[in-house]
Amino acid sequence: MNYYLSEELNDIKEICAGIAEKHIIPVRALLDEENRFPREIVNAMSDAGLHGIYISEEYGGSAEMFGGGSMALCIATEELSKACGGIALSFAANALGAMPIMIFCSEEQKKKYLPDLASGAKLAAFALTESDAGSDAGGVRTKAIKDGDHYVLNGTKQWITNGGEAQIYTVIALTDSSRGARGLSAFIVEDGTPGFSYGKKEDKMGIRASATRELIFEDCRIPAENLIAKEGYGFIVAMKTLNRSRPGVAAQAIGIAQGALDEAARYASERKQFGQRIDSFQGIQFMLADMDTQIEAARALTYSVARMIDAGEKKYDKESAMAKVFASDVAMKVTTDAVQILGGYGYMKEYPVEKMMRDAKITQIYEGTNQIQRSVIASALIKETAARRK
Amino acid sequence: MRIVVAVKQVPDTAEVRIDEERGTLIREGIPSILNPFDTYALEEALKWRDELGGTVIVVSMGPPQAEAVLRESVSMGADEAVLLSDRAFAGADTWATSHTLATAVEKMGNIDIVLTGKQAIDGDTAQTGPSIAASLDWPQITFVGNVRELTGKHIIAERYVEGGSEVIKSSLPVVVTVLKDANTPRLPSLKGKMRARKIEIPVWGKDDLELSEGEVGLDGSPTRVVSIATPETFTDGQIHHGEPEELAKLMADSLLGTEDS
Repeated sequence: MNYYLSEELNDIKEICAGIAEKHIIPVRALLDEENRFPREIVNAMSDAGLHGIYISEEYGGSAEMFGGGSMALCIATEELSKACGGIALSFAANALGAMPIMIFCSEEQKKKYLPDLASGAKLAAFALTESDAGSDAGGVRTKAIKDGDHYVLNGTKQWITNGGEAQIYTVIALTDSSRGARGLSAFIVEDGTPGFSYGKKEDKMGIRASATRELIFEDCRIPAENLIAKEGYGFIVAMKTLNRSRPGVAAQAIGIAQGALDEAARYASERKQFGQRIDSFQGIQFMLADMDTQIEAARALTYSVARMIDAGEKKYDKESAMAKVFASDVAMKVTTDAVQILGGYGYMKEYPVEKMMRDAKITQIYEGTNQIQRSVIASALIKETAARRK
Repeated sequence: MRIVVAVKQVPDTAEVRIDEERGTLIREGIPSILNPFDTYALEEALKWRDELGGTVIVVSMGPPQAEAVLRESVSMGADEAVLLSDRAFAGADTWATSHTLATAVEKMGNIDIVLTGKQAIDGDTAQTGPSIAASLDWPQITFVGNVRELTGKHIIAERYVEGGSEVIKSSLPVVVTVLKDANTPRLPSLKGKMRARKIEIPVWGKDDLELSEGEVGLDGSPTRVVSIATPETFTDGQIHHGEPEELAKLMADSLLGTEDS
């Protein structure tokens, strides 16, 4: 389908396709097997200028050139994810880490942190999840206690994407345990700060080229100026960040699904059984047709939400949840069907589709499970309905 | 350091067919690409410019649409581009082509090195590089797989020749033709792509280069392609199945002509 992308957005697409072909496809199976972070590929993305596409020109990025940053981020993430959802995440997670700074930080903080993120000199990560706090952000136990002109952090963050690889972390911690979610605040913590260390690296089902690690804070003192927005704004920072980043997860899911469909369609055109190509069988044709249609529908929804954000719309929590839910469910279905079309070969690691199926699963889980997203959509719908009744 | 890279737009050879009646390549509907060998020449130029400073100018002789390969070169990092295009240039052989390119290099002025791929994948002559050197009366180093050293005064490069390599030191200016062993060409960057879209590419014709009719195009070409043909392919191979001993005997008999013994 023609989405009438600008020349600039097409540039992003072409550059990502080049990186995918030259740098990602040759190593994706190996990095998956070895659970290894794609440092060289992330550097190639820096050379290409990709890390700045969602950051304003004022801070060394190029977002204005693409009419904002959301479509740019989606296009890049989708194109990279066609080749490997894990490697693409190492790119996209930076955006998640940078968004609290982009949306909520002071001019001074933005000038301090964003240029290095835009150039790729530093990577970012966002740290909300803990062992008892996932969908329920109110369960955060990591504490940040004010001590003069410092905050002292204690606690452990879990499953942090880009953990141990990033230099700049945006961390949600409890500054007032009597106020629940309203007692949360957001902070910037830099790699190398005394009292800040990394725990175990997770051994995951999919997206294995992406680093997922614990962050451990033990009497970690950070300057009070590292507070993002104000005390008590942590929950809002986290929610608005995730609302903004969810189309990126959708784009990752669409990319993974498209990669799987491309493999399945090619295989079906080459594989012969009963003396004919298997794509001549209606059973396979209907599967391929559904896969293609579902992906296109997910893409159309996701691009619409990204364009809405780029246009300056303030409220898009429902729409961004819809894009994430729909695209990730499509990715799971399409990758499962791709494995089915490749049959026994699809189940083998020699072919890329089993990895795509493993990679797809996370998109239904992270940045808010699809069940939580459906709750968000439903509660928005109920509110809209109530408003109409008045 | 002022470096010129001579590049050519070629049909993607994987898809080329030959019109045997007219003795020409069928180019209709075939995607055009930057000659792959020229990408190594360009990368070598960019690499040394990044290290020593200076300017990389890409130049190509061809029809107006050859501008595409110049823009592609700019997206990879070339600073300037010049297209040599004129109806009078049509039908040029390697002599006329390299003479035209050499004249453009002279017009640019103060060039230290001309780099180009070892050959183009369409014509496969490997003559244009050396012929540019001859036309400029500059030294040349062909089939370079590694540039060891480059300063404002000299170059030390390894020629990969059959069975070994030859290390050549030359003064500047010099013409160098590059092999794919030399480097890994970089990918375009976003900034490069933006620049490539906006950059003004001057088009120089016969008159801009102050060349006469007899020096360019078909009139300036001492050679002609008389005919061109696809080599015959043999498809009457045989496939035998069986035990190794049995098959070895079959093959030996066939090679020795002892089948009937």
